[in-house]
Amino acid sequence: MFEAAPINLQNEQVQNRFRLMFGGMMVILIIPVVIILATLVIKGWPAISWTFLFTDPTNGMTAGGIFPALFGTIWLVVVSLLASVPLGVAAAVYLSEYAPDNMLTRMINLATINLAGVPSIVHALFGVGAFVIFFRFGTSILAASLTLAIMTLPVIIVSSWESMQAVPRAFREACWNMGATRWQTIRTVVLPNAIPGILTGVILQVSRAAGETAPIMFTGAAMFLPFLPNSVFDQTMALALHLFVVATQVPDIPESLPFGVALVLVGIVLIMNTLAIWFRMRLRGKKKW
Amino acid sequence: MVNSTVSRAKIKIEVKDLSIAYGGHKALGPVNLDIRESEIFGVIGPANSGKTSFLNAINRMDMMRTNMNVTGNIRIDDIDTRNWRNVYALRRKIGVVFPLPVGLPLSVYDNVALAPRLAGTAGTQAQLDELVERCLRRAALWDEVKDRLGHLGSLLSGGQQQRLTIARALSQSPEILMLDEFSIAVDPVTTMRIEDVLKELKSEMTIILVTNLVQQANRLADRTAFFLNGECVEIGETEQLFNGQAKDQRTNDYIGGKFG
Ligand SMILES: Nc1ncnc2c1ncn2[C@@H]1O[C@H](COP(=O)(O)OP(=O)(O)OP(=O)(O)O)[C@@H](O)[C@H]1O
Ligand SMILES: [Mg+2]
Repeated sequence: MFEAAPINLQNEQVQNRFRLMFGGMMVILIIPVVIILATLVIKGWPAISWTFLFTDPTNGMTAGGIFPALFGTIWLVVVSLLASVPLGVAAAVYLSEYAPDNMLTRMINLATINLAGVPSIVHALFGVGAFVIFFRFGTSILAASLTLAIMTLPVIIVSSWESMQAVPRAFREACWNMGATRWQTIRTVVLPNAIPGILTGVILQVSRAAGETAPIMFTGAAMFLPFLPNSVFDQTMALALHLFVVATQVPDIPESLPFGVALVLVGIVLIMNTLAIWFRMRLRGKKKW
Repeated sequence: MVNSTVSRAKIKIEVKDLSIAYGGHKALGPVNLDIRESEIFGVIGPANSGKTSFLNAINRMDMMRTNMNVTGNIRIDDIDTRNWRNVYALRRKIGVVFPLPVGLPLSVYDNVALAPRLAGTAGTQAQLDELVERCLRRAALWDEVKDRLGHLGSLLSGGQQQRLTIARALSQSPEILMLDEFSIAVDPVTTMRIEDVLKELKSEMTIILVTNLVQQANRLADRTAFFLNGECVEIGETEQLFNGQAKDQRTNDYIGGKFG
């Protein structure tokens, strides 16, 4: 009664073959990641030291540290987040909770998703036109950060929207039925349960903002600026641009230096992502429904 | 007992020519009926008969659904629900219990305290504690959760969540309680406990009981309406309907278990 029929054995074989196939694909995907990380660590680690992290570049950027670039990247990311998170979450709240389900809303959603795929150089040129020239911010941290914010907004909107949509409609109905306004409902059941998802989207975008070169190159990042910015209207150095410069524009540079910069950049991104995952696990740790 | 007959006859909800459509597709109507104060008004009918839509029209949930179109009048306490200045106040007068239990992802305590907090009537901590305990007791849930009021309400068992939903509905001190097939996800023992609770609550509030268990209507309802495919076929004293004295043959067939 319980012995395997030929069809069961065959299914078993097919199943094993598929498992192998998917497993193989995953290995193929992981190999480049491992090679990149290994190269970075092996070649870049010798360059890393406290002086490297916390002093200015010297000798035409062929020696010394990267502090202005590190500091500048943090500035850019923080200011861009200050703009993109409130705007993005607010837009997502509107789209998810207030907007009527009609053609216009669906078109806006579609446009937002498409906007996420626009190449960053296009955002860069928009930033030059809008923030540097039209709003007269000049090439500055403010202009560069706002350009980064524009670049990251679509993904923040989409991921926030998706995490709000993932909150069961029955929760909203229960609130409305007890006489809660839309806003009370958003505050008490929608946002608290959407926050892990929103955060994930935001922090992934932090990594992206930290790593992009094009959007900041024309809007506020300088190749070499051996002092720290005083306000958001100053220019600044940034890690991504610094890497581009030391890797391609400066002759006679010790090989470990660009690798060191790259390692710091990847390190920042990895730390951010780990933080995001940890935070999300903590928030989602207790399954809520 | 003149007094009680008078109050029994008082009409709480008056439904006139109510029709409900979803994007041009008619779901219910026209319906004409009165629901009296302090009675249990049963609504029976098979799936797709418009029962849930009927409840949604009463507390004006059509406002939250762009495709739901309600015509006709519903008057509560002699005021057209469309003329209530404040729909939120209207909804606070009406407690609702859904077919599937909805424990909000808040603590058990906060689930029950939510309505008064949102309404700004929570009062002092002691008053709120007392209210929460009273509601949970009346929903026959207190003994099971009194030691874990801080636990997530959405992780209680289905039957407990359903009683939590009832406690939450009671926390609004509603004048009307609408239950939509509350026993679908609840075991028979819990169902009986909730039914006992409803019999007690009846003296204080008007109860609309939508159910697909014909015998539940028989056990609880004073009067019963039979909906079928968007038509209100018949309204009558529950006793009469179940004694085979229904005027419409379809009501007899449905109650007799011939279809649906
Ligand atoms: N939000 C909605 N959008 C579109 N159509 C709806 C919506 N809600 C209900 N309907 C339609 O209205 C009709 C009546 O549905 P309703 O939920 O009122 O029936 P019901 O009597 O409660 O059924 P059940 O016993 O299965 O709960 C159905 O044809 C349904 O498809
Ligand atoms: Mg229903």
